[in-house]
Amino acid sequence: MKELGRINNFYQDDKVMDACSIFGMMDTAGRRFSGKKVVEAIANMHARGNGLGGGFAVYGLYPKYANCYAFHLMYLSRAGQARVEDFLRQKFHMIYAEEVPTRPIPAIVNPPLVWRYFLEVKSEGTCGQREDDYIVDRVMEINTKIEGAFVFSSGKNMGVFKGVGYPEEIAEYFCLEQYEGYLWTAHGRFPTNTPGWWGGAHPFNVLDWTVVHNGEISSYGINRRHLEQFGYNCTMQTDTEVIAYAVDLLIRRHGLPVEMAARILAPPFWSQIERCSPEKQKIPRTLRQVYGNLLLNGPFTVIIAHQGEMIGLTDRVRLRPLTVGVEGSVLYLSSEESAIRLVCPDLDRTWIPIGGEPIIGSLERPFEPAVTARGTSDMAISNRGYAKISK
Amino acid sequence: MKTYLPPKFIAERDDSRCIRCEVCVNQCTFDVHSYDTEDDEIRSREENCVGCHRCVVFCPTQALTVRRSPLDYRENYNWRPEIIEDIIKQSETGGMLLTGMGTDKCYPIYWDHLVLNASQVTNPSIDPLREPMELTTYLGRKLDRVELGSAGLKTELAPQVKLELPVMFSALSYGAVSLNVQESLARAATEMGTLWNTGEGGLHPKLYRYGDNTTVQVASGRFGVHAQYLDIARVVEIKIGQGAKPGIGGHLPGEKVSVEVARIRMIPRGTDALSPAPQHDIYSIEDLAQLVYALKEATDYAKPVGVKIAAVHNSAAIASGMVRAGADIIVLDGLRGATGATPKIIRDNVGIPIELALASVDDRLRQEGIRNQASIVIAGGIRNSGDVAKAIALGADAVYIGTAALVALGCTICQQCHTGKCAWGICTSDLRLTKRVNPDIGARRLSNLLRGWSLELKDILGGMGINALESLRGNRLHLRGVGLTDTELEILGVRMAGR
Repeated sequence: MKELGRINNFYQDDKVMDACSIFGMMDTAGRRFSGKKVVEAIANMHARGNGLGGGFAVYGLYPKYANCYAFHLMYLSRAGQARVEDFLRQKFHMIYAEEVPTRPIPAIVNPPLVWRYFLEVKSEGTCGQREDDYIVDRVMEINTKIEGAFVFSSGKNMGVFKGVGYPEEIAEYFCLEQYEGYLWTAHGRFPTNTPGWWGGAHPFNVLDWTVVHNGEISSYGINRRHLEQFGYNCTMQTDTEVIAYAVDLLIRRHGLPVEMAARILAPPFWSQIERCSPEKQKIPRTLRQVYGNLLLNGPFTVIIAHQGEMIGLTDRVRLRPLTVGVEGSVLYLSSEESAIRLVCPDLDRTWIPIGGEPIIGSLERPFEPAVTARGTSDMAISNRGYAKISK
Repeated sequence: MKTYLPPKFIAERDDSRCIRCEVCVNQCTFDVHSYDTEDDEIRSREENCVGCHRCVVFCPTQALTVRRSPLDYRENYNWRPEIIEDIIKQSETGGMLLTGMGTDKCYPIYWDHLVLNASQVTNPSIDPLREPMELTTYLGRKLDRVELGSAGLKTELAPQVKLELPVMFSALSYGAVSLNVQESLARAATEMGTLWNTGEGGLHPKLYRYGDNTTVQVASGRFGVHAQYLDIARVVEIKIGQGAKPGIGGHLPGEKVSVEVARIRMIPRGTDALSPAPQHDIYSIEDLAQLVYALKEATDYAKPVGVKIAAVHNSAAIASGMVRAGADIIVLDGLRGATGATPKIIRDNVGIPIELALASVDDRLRQEGIRNQASIVIAGGIRNSGDVAKAIALGADAVYIGTAALVALGCTICQQCHTGKCAWGICTSDLRLTKRVNPDIGARRLSNLLRGWSLELKDILGGMGINALESLRGNRLHLRGVGLTDTELEILGVRMAGR
């Protein structure tokens, strides 16, 4: 068994420590657009990274294979590739496979081989397991057992591209200008160590969930121990991974709405809860009592995306930046406002959300011009009392 | 029989300062000081001195000094003075040696080998003077998840008890300590939003008004347990064992069973109150489940039921059984836990350090996937807020303090609790002595202590970049070990400092 933690967290620190720039752009009307603006925006925050990691997630990427799981794999050896392809043929119907097109550039040195596979689950193959659990287990199997191979994207009609380099270099390397999607997220990384490992870059992915993250979760130790009780193997030893698993547990497995999940990861203070009327106290109090171990404490801004939805969230005292912009049906989330302004000078409006307030863009509720991004006013509790911001 | 015991202390009196006021004579409960009217001199029988410092603190002219008597036996690591003197005592009395408080032996104190983390550069520390900092803790059975129905939340949680800070007062029974001590504890707990614990001595009607901040104990003697007692309480705690005397029952001597104590304990005046070693209706884990549910039935499932055990070799497996038997709160009392009276040989030799018990119980409950089903509270040797923070990081939901609370009331840990002669008026039922604890002042001293600790805890949390206690709870990455073996580190689940 290979030790992913050893690869990703070479020095075996408590967790991988890094900071970064993040950017997200979504057309809530579902129109697909190229990555040109996204790359421009994230490149504008060049100084927030240090060239040791960049990446992108694109949704609505593979309409031709929309019903297939699109696996992106990086290989360190041809032997690894052969073993994985054998494995994939055993476990799935392989509908199509190809090497991901790249363009050699001087900044990208010693890249791994990157392939993509479009897979369907065999009807008899899951042994009664839910299909999504089956996918997660197979991905874990490849990542922890097959030497020289790593799955870094495994959702439907979406894909992750990432590697060691500045994000604009990664974009150029993977020819991202050729792709279109209705939702893009991007990440430029500043790790404290020099892992030099492509799998360690963001976005982090499981199924069609992706996370780009700027922060350091001080509650990592207990978040991780809690998730381990539910069968999550935190092999990457990053707080980003913990966020992804927490979201997976809350939304996919426990069936909670995204607003509630956000209220668990960045809950209101007890004093705010107690200021509400008794009937309004019940939900937030119960959520904190039951899910206290999943509170993400310490500085973070995160953009979580899955099919049809993009969520921006900061920690409850907003120790890392997040700016929101809306123009027509397009929602922008960014570490810095300048990056949004660069690609969209005429925003309808822009604001800094309150700590712990989720900003949600959804295909189900597209923005109409001059209508605001949906905050959480419909939730029982908002963090409004803590830091008032005029919109 | 002539005793061969040498005096332990020397009481020195500076005659130029002594004003013959006789405060020392009146304050000493061990008959050390006496006034000779003929010679106009205060004399001291030093062999009686226990080193409690009551006279030193109360001497208005600072004329008194009490210091250890140099016991110049020939040096011998094996036959130390204490060991020699224990033998002398037994050869003169033929009995078990009794003592009070927790063990004073030099077992490793793991708190002193654990260090806490702080934020530097990569994440900011949080300043508790400027930002909210939450110590709120809810004790009680939680669930793994919530479920939603059409009308919002379908999930109903079992009863939860809110603590404003994760520190409660440990069980101190009426009879062992005085009503004034209990009133001080009850009032401080109420003021600070935490709980005090009746111990196994019933609850005096005068304290019923503090019921919302009271944990009532149901122990092997069932003293003072009646319907109203359970109704008034916020939490019901079944006591199986105690860190100072694992496997041993309790014995309140008849001399301490005054009219009031007898009334509250529901036993005849002047009779010994004997708590049997086991609960005679609990000889097995399924019996515990029956008592847990009997108490839940009796209280309409409206209060958490806790179970307290002494930390012993198989604590992890036992605790796991307790959770499955329905306990909402698991209380672990460690080797250094204190008591009003215990056989010295038991106190000093039975049980395991609380840090190791806590780490292994928290681990086991997580491995079993039942950690959410009960809160873990630990007791036995918590000395300051640093210990509290480390206990929380190891996995405790809250801690009990007993000795620390008594020290706040004046106790100097002279270990004479079992004599009933406590000069500080704490561990006695002698009415002449109990009035030495004034509940107004006692409650203030105890509240001050908790207030100080909660300020310190907030500083510790803020330094780590954490603003809610639940993010430290069980978060052992914020601990590092110093001077520990690999096995100790493995059991504690912490890494060596520098790693």
